[in-house]
Amino acid sequence: MSSPAAAANVRHHFENAEQQKDASTIGMWIFLVTELMFFGGLFMAYFVYRQAYPDAFASASNKTDLLIGAFNTTVLICSSLTMALAVNAAAVGKKALLIMFLVATLLLGSAFLGVKTYEYHDKWVHHEIPGQHFECEGCKDSGHASLFFSLYFAMTGLHASHMIIGAGYLIFLIIQAKKGKFTPAWHTPVEMFGLYWHFIDIVWIFLFPLLYLIDRVHK
Amino acid sequence: MSALKESSHDQTTEGHAAHHGPSKGVYYAVFATLIVLTWVTSWIATVDLGPFNIYVALSIAVFKATMVLFFFMHVKYGTRLTKMIIMSGIYWLILLLFIVMMDFWTRNWMGVPGR
Repeated sequence: MSSPAAAANVRHHFENAEQQKDASTIGMWIFLVTELMFFGGLFMAYFVYRQAYPDAFASASNKTDLLIGAFNTTVLICSSLTMALAVNAAAVGKKALLIMFLVATLLLGSAFLGVKTYEYHDKWVHHEIPGQHFECEGCKDSGHASLFFSLYFAMTGLHASHMIIGAGYLIFLIIQAKKGKFTPAWHTPVEMFGLYWHFIDIVWIFLFPLLYLIDRVHK
Repeated sequence: MSALKESSHDQTTEGHAAHHGPSKGVYYAVFATLIVLTWVTSWIATVDLGPFNIYVALSIAVFKATMVLFFFMHVKYGTRLTKMIIMSGIYWLILLLFIVMMDFWTRNWMGVPGR
């Protein structure tokens, strides 16, 4: 085995480092496509019930806080930028910069989850959690407004659980980066995690308008 | 076997392009676009466009997602196989959403049992 190949940790069943990386990339994308279908089922449920009970959905979605939603979207996009820059730093072999950007991504991701916790708490205080004590002040169709909140919690909850898993993996990546495991020739975990993180960002890019925006003017 | 070799060679050259990815300037430009569009879409949501609010919001979301996909996720610089996997995923998602919604949109058109 030639030395550049050894440096890139090429396994014996691959011809070269490029082929190995392409295989990882394709594997990651196949995983992300299954994730797309996973979230897709919830999006479908949202569209079905929204067209069935438009008034209930409109009045219930006005209970979300537009400003907090926009702020949190901004935070998440910032974390996507720092993640993209982390992959870039890994590719050029700047270890300190890589660690810095990974930590920044972790902090921004945690900030997003913190704001989400605040929002959940706010819903809890206002009895907007679907169930026995559900109340929706000023909602047109309280029964079906609870459907909106069921979907709200299912969709943002699934999204948040992906963020929590991502934050855990980020800690692992930071430790690995500190040990100097990533080189310009081999930093596949950083790159693949980047894809995962950006995918979560894309899911939020759609959740934000659907849950916060589209019925602002139609109360 | 030689065909296999050839195709793997093709991927190698394409994969090499993927290695470079976009420059930092591209990242910052995409980032600025995403932030601006986030606040634009939040503002437009408060303007009454009648039935078009949802279309405007979702169009902006699709554009933002495409930006992330192409540049942050390096798809623009990726192999054809990656692009094909993504397109097939999106295709199945559209099938799921569109076929189901065609059913629900048209159920009220006929006053027959089973709606």
